[in-house]
Amino acid sequence: MALSREQVAMRVAQELKDGYYVNLGIGIPTLVANYVPAGIEVMLQSENGLLGMGPYPTEAQIDADMINAGKETVTAIKGAAIFSSAESFAMIRGGHVDLTVLGAFEVDQNGNIASWMIPGKLVKGMGGAMDLVAGAQNIVVTMTHADKYGASKLLDACTLPLTGVGCVKKIVTDLAVLEVKDGAFHLLERAPGISVEEIQQKTAGKLVINGEIPEMVFA
Amino acid sequence: MAGFNKVVHSYDEAMAGLENGMTVIAGGFGLCGIPEGLIAQIKKMGTRDLTVVSNNCGVDGFGLGVLLEDRQIKKMVASYVGENALFEKQLLSGELEVELTPQGTLAEKIRAGGAGIPAFFTATGYGTPVAEGKETREINGRNYVLEPSITGDFAIVRAWKADRYGNLVFRHTAMNFNPMVATAGKITVAEVEEIVEPGELEPSQIHTPGIYVQRVIQAKFEKRIERRMVRQG
Repeated sequence: MALSREQVAMRVAQELKDGYYVNLGIGIPTLVANYVPAGIEVMLQSENGLLGMGPYPTEAQIDADMINAGKETVTAIKGAAIFSSAESFAMIRGGHVDLTVLGAFEVDQNGNIASWMIPGKLVKGMGGAMDLVAGAQNIVVTMTHADKYGASKLLDACTLPLTGVGCVKKIVTDLAVLEVKDGAFHLLERAPGISVEEIQQKTAGKLVINGEIPEMVFA
Repeated sequence: MAGFNKVVHSYDEAMAGLENGMTVIAGGFGLCGIPEGLIAQIKKMGTRDLTVVSNNCGVDGFGLGVLLEDRQIKKMVASYVGENALFEKQLLSGELEVELTPQGTLAEKIRAGGAGIPAFFTATGYGTPVAEGKETREINGRNYVLEPSITGDFAIVRAWKADRYGNLVFRHTAMNFNPMVATAGKITVAEVEEIVEPGELEPSQIHTPGIYVQRVIQAKFEKRIERRMVRQG
């Protein structure tokens, strides 16, 4: 069966390492914070200017001056730092954030990503996404493997205006975990019960399948 | 001494000199850390054909969104817009020009503007619509886009505490764009929650040194919350 949003987040959480500074985008990426593996510590960065983001506040803790990049009320953990947006993007652009997780409309076999603009529809803006994909050393994209009509979102070349070029290294979809390198998608893992054939059929770009592909393991 | 007393006591004084066609840079992220009263004053003055630089453009009826009601904004430079129906309407009808700028590039453009740096190279946006028409250069094997910096006729910010010298301290994530914006105006106006005596702010804890700030006005803020999220407990 295809993974739920929560299961995609759980699988992405396995990419976290002890001591990582992590920026989580809006949507499924935000859920990753709920599945940080036991025994490791990560620090969440919110690009409006917060390092050490905590959970949502209780009613008593709500403070209009304390929000995250999604403009939601939030808290800071003990040991957090707050700084300007220029400082925040200096740490992003300067490559100091260890892992960025974000959603996308399309990804292609050369690691290009399109996530902010659909021509003909109202364009609201890219926010910090272009800076994040240009700056992070390690980018994981979460998305459904195909759209609701069954059309693949993993392409040989993105058709939509790009957010960044050659930056995506790993993709976790509802069907598979894939690595992007040498101009191809490399299949690493499949969702429990999903066949390699189905993944092949729903991957429009070049797919490399090496040997037996294991199923994802959830603790 | 009087030259260093930057405190003004009315919004008319705070925004005196703002004229049609000027560029106004505003601090804030969403509705957090916005100079509410200074924006309201621009609406009251009816100044038109403004270029407004800010990460967002408020919502319908609050924040920079109120400047759309009488079509005071000619051009908006922002990273994310369209939280308001009026913005969408004016954008689609062509009444409003929008320059979408990546958030980090926007922050750096304003920082560079205030720091006297005319332009800078960044990898952000290379190979995307943002780079169209701009100079690009390969440096050490990576491609970069040349981004011009931004300065404004007016810069309007919100701070937590100030003294009469214009030294500013921001509160929590209401800091956001405000420190850079404060450096980038010919006239920078700070709307603050509290004015304290000189010496009460610890010199090494000041976020914005008073040299950047021309006027300070004390205010009460509504501090509207855009997305109220609560955890049980």
